[in-house]
Amino acid sequence: MPSIVKEENKRLRTSLVDGTRRHLLDVDDFTRDEIDLVSKTSDAMLEVLARDIKKVPTLRGKVIVTLFYEASTRTRVSFEEAGKLLSADVINVSSSGSSVEKGESLLNTVRTLQATGADLVVVRHQHSGAPYFMARNLESMGVINGGDGWHAHPTQALLDVYTMRRHLGPIGGRKIVIVGDILHSRVARSNLWALTTEGANVVLCAPPTLIPQEFLSGQHRVDEHPLSTVEIETNVEMALDGADVVMPLRLQLERQESGLLPTLREYSKMYGITRERLDLASKDALLLHPGPMNEGVEISPDVAHGSQSLIEEQVRNGVAVRMALLYLLVGATKREETKAEIQ
Amino acid sequence: MNFLSSHKLQHPYRFLGKDFFMRETPVFSDKDMDRAVSRIAHEIVERNHGVEGLMLAGIWTRGAPLAHRLAGRILSIEGKEVPVGVLDIGLYRDDIGRSSRPMVHSTEMPEVVDGQKLVLVDDVLFTGRTIRAALDALIDFGRPRQVQLAVLVDRGHRELPIRADYVGKNMPTSTKEEVQVRLLEVDGIDEVVLLREGA
Repeated sequence: MPSIVKEENKRLRTSLVDGTRRHLLDVDDFTRDEIDLVSKTSDAMLEVLARDIKKVPTLRGKVIVTLFYEASTRTRVSFEEAGKLLSADVINVSSSGSSVEKGESLLNTVRTLQATGADLVVVRHQHSGAPYFMARNLESMGVINGGDGWHAHPTQALLDVYTMRRHLGPIGGRKIVIVGDILHSRVARSNLWALTTEGANVVLCAPPTLIPQEFLSGQHRVDEHPLSTVEIETNVEMALDGADVVMPLRLQLERQESGLLPTLREYSKMYGITRERLDLASKDALLLHPGPMNEGVEISPDVAHGSQSLIEEQVRNGVAVRMALLYLLVGATKREETKAEIQ
Repeated sequence: MNFLSSHKLQHPYRFLGKDFFMRETPVFSDKDMDRAVSRIAHEIVERNHGVEGLMLAGIWTRGAPLAHRLAGRILSIEGKEVPVGVLDIGLYRDDIGRSSRPMVHSTEMPEVVDGQKLVLVDDVLFTGRTIRAALDALIDFGRPRQVQLAVLVDRGHRELPIRADYVGKNMPTSTKEEVQVRLLEVDGIDEVVLLREGA
């Protein structure tokens, strides 16, 4: 189902650059220019964050709703903070305590939000594709995907790329290693799109049971971005060799019982990022983690809080990137022209 | 969708920085511009009795190089450096969501603005809305003792009660015309031209 919207996006060539993109559903249809624009706008937003009075009047009178059907700390908080620093009014709705508990359907919930006059909704949902479904059924309200099922988490990918670019400059040709539960990770999927668009060489490293079956057939070349490669490597030492960026993923403990892992201890021993393993990567390699961390499982505490760790900076950059996205999506959508283009 | 109006919006005839359906009349040469900047620098020093507590803030894009030129000229007149900042007003516009979106850049203010005499610098003064936004942006950084305004060209048609303290050239225009200031640092040439519709 999501592919319908993807195709539609391609046909209409919606873009942040010319203000025709209204929804942020995934980064799979993002161009390099759009990632550039997000990064440059985020630079300006970081400067706002560094001020004594960190508030600008940009989105006065706009209403942003965060609609979270799943637990979240950093995504929800950073969207709320981003909206408030831009002077928008932010309303938080979570599934518990709302009419969702009474059995209201997703469609009716978002139509209600639209009817209240909200300009944008940030949604996190346990089912892949839910934000696409919403975007297809809304006329005036924009949708940002704050994570849907196993499918996508575009704002996380954009903030990860932004954090890497701030430290490395252009990331084309850099070796970026993502270690952990690739199978269930929407962060890994969205990062894969964004990183290959930027021309990076991505290595996915996990136990074979936690890698999607279709990936296991060997080296992949991403057709649309011939300079970028994606490799699969099940040996963590081999994967880390010479890496510029190391990104362990949270081991989703709730999946542990499904038989994909023998024991937590064995996973930690085989794939946990420790000081010794991080030293296999290139000197001054960057360490990112999308959070929340299981310290002592996929990452050891000394590394997580060590000098190479950018984990806290990621959170700060996350606020700036989300401010940039809110500005680019709400602040300047040329709605009439967008409509005219569709007709 | 109306064919003509859509084309008007998107300026399809703009090519190599030129609009082939607009007639260009030169107004200022590079020498004229140099003299105007020089005169404004002298006026700023004269009005403020020197450069004590003085700061310049150029408005992105073309106000920034102009502010640096003024600072250079003031240095050669008074022998003292004047701090220069750059203000981006993208986040303070009053037409967000109504017109095309400008790229947002970082604002850089070099020092504390509290208690300073601050001169805003821009290339063209037109409706005054940019200056309104710049004042808002400035006030988020502190409370300057005084704010003055220097522009290279004042073309009239104000929509807000704003006037400039230092003007390079007063240029009465019609609303159908467009004034373009081109600077070496941004456009590769120093000149001011008047653009009029029709070949």
